[in-house]
Amino acid sequence: MERKDWPLWEVFVRSKAGLSHKHSGSLHAPDAEMAISNARDVYTRRNEGVSIWVVESKHIHSTLETDSESMFDPNEDKIYRHPTFYDIPDEVGHM
Amino acid sequence: MSETDLQTIFDRKIENEVKIEPKDWMPDAYRKNVLRQMAQHAHSEVVGMLPEGNWITRAPSMRRKVALLAKIQDEAGHGLYLYSAAETLGTDRERLVLDLLEGKAKYSSIFNYPALTWADIGAVGWLVDGAAIVNQIMLQKTSYGPYSRAMIRICKEESFHQRQGYEILLTLCRGTEEQKAMAQDALNRFWWPSLMMFGPSDKDSPHSAQSMAWKVKRMGNDDLRQKFIDQTVKQADFLGLTIPDPDLKWNEEKGQYDWGQIDWEEFYNVIKGNGPCNKERLAARQAAYDNGAWVREAATAYANKRAQRRDKDAA
Repeated sequence: MERKDWPLWEVFVRSKAGLSHKHSGSLHAPDAEMAISNARDVYTRRNEGVSIWVVESKHIHSTLETDSESMFDPNEDKIYRHPTFYDIPDEVGHM
Repeated sequence: MSETDLQTIFDRKIENEVKIEPKDWMPDAYRKNVLRQMAQHAHSEVVGMLPEGNWITRAPSMRRKVALLAKIQDEAGHGLYLYSAAETLGTDRERLVLDLLEGKAKYSSIFNYPALTWADIGAVGWLVDGAAIVNQIMLQKTSYGPYSRAMIRICKEESFHQRQGYEILLTLCRGTEEQKAMAQDALNRFWWPSLMMFGPSDKDSPHSAQSMAWKVKRMGNDDLRQKFIDQTVKQADFLGLTIPDPDLKWNEEKGQYDWGQIDWEEFYNVIKGNGPCNKERLAARQAAYDNGAWVREAATAYANKRAQRRDKDAA
């Protein structure tokens, strides 16, 4: 690995115990250990987190914008998947 | 999909305030425009560390020193957020850094002025960061997703920068006559260059109209400058300092301040490389790059060695 080949890492930060890790940003580093150390300095300078994940960007696979219609649109006509689709009389109380 | 269809999808997104993301189709000119702006912005954060770095060892108290260090560390982080955002458009970090060192990329003209006295550190925080914040608040709504997210993060961190600068000046203005004179002198020197930070008037700005149409920028240079002036005058009044503009006057009818003329000749001269510190700033960046080479090499060698050891253990 040459200096210019330092991989790009995506940084995920857990803001407090009990919450999931959330994407914060990215950075370059030669290895995971240094990526974590740099992520700490860059993304958690003000108590933003209690735990950090780093993942090499090349390992992230994603949907394509051109696929988004076939991927996500079928959900739109399935309103019976939502609680408000069902009629429950008020007398029953909160459900 | 044909290019016309892709263009239509892009146009509809811009119209409907849907952010453009790195893998989305975008016109080449849009890509170039956003990349140029983000790179300039990133370089400005990094070069912006230099005038203040000059004062770390001479900060008048431990309180001021830790604040200044934290502010400068933030600028480095902001540079990184913006370089990362720029890289999503298909350039790499090394290229961006070299563009700056080779003089191919610009950075904000303000950082070519020296910080001569401690009061200048106050003026930089109050005025330079103040002007930057006005610009950055607008850019939170920029149409390019990664740029917008970087701006939101930066704005969240940056408000302390302006407050620490103002506090420095407030302390000086409540001090001795000499201290107050030092604060006035800093305002005298930083006022006009701060107004220049918003760039040329929209009618003379080569990129303004197109940037607005693409919603890369959400307000013109002139409106942003006016907003900054309107919010800063009363802060100067509170300090008991005089803004060095004899034409500055409240206009009741317009509900904003009238003000004098920017010396655009000075602005273009600084942009061209003839400001008080252009050469010094680039030399400092080059020295940092050269002197840091062994650290980057050592980190690479260490990572390579550890990878080899892992492979051997696995075998």
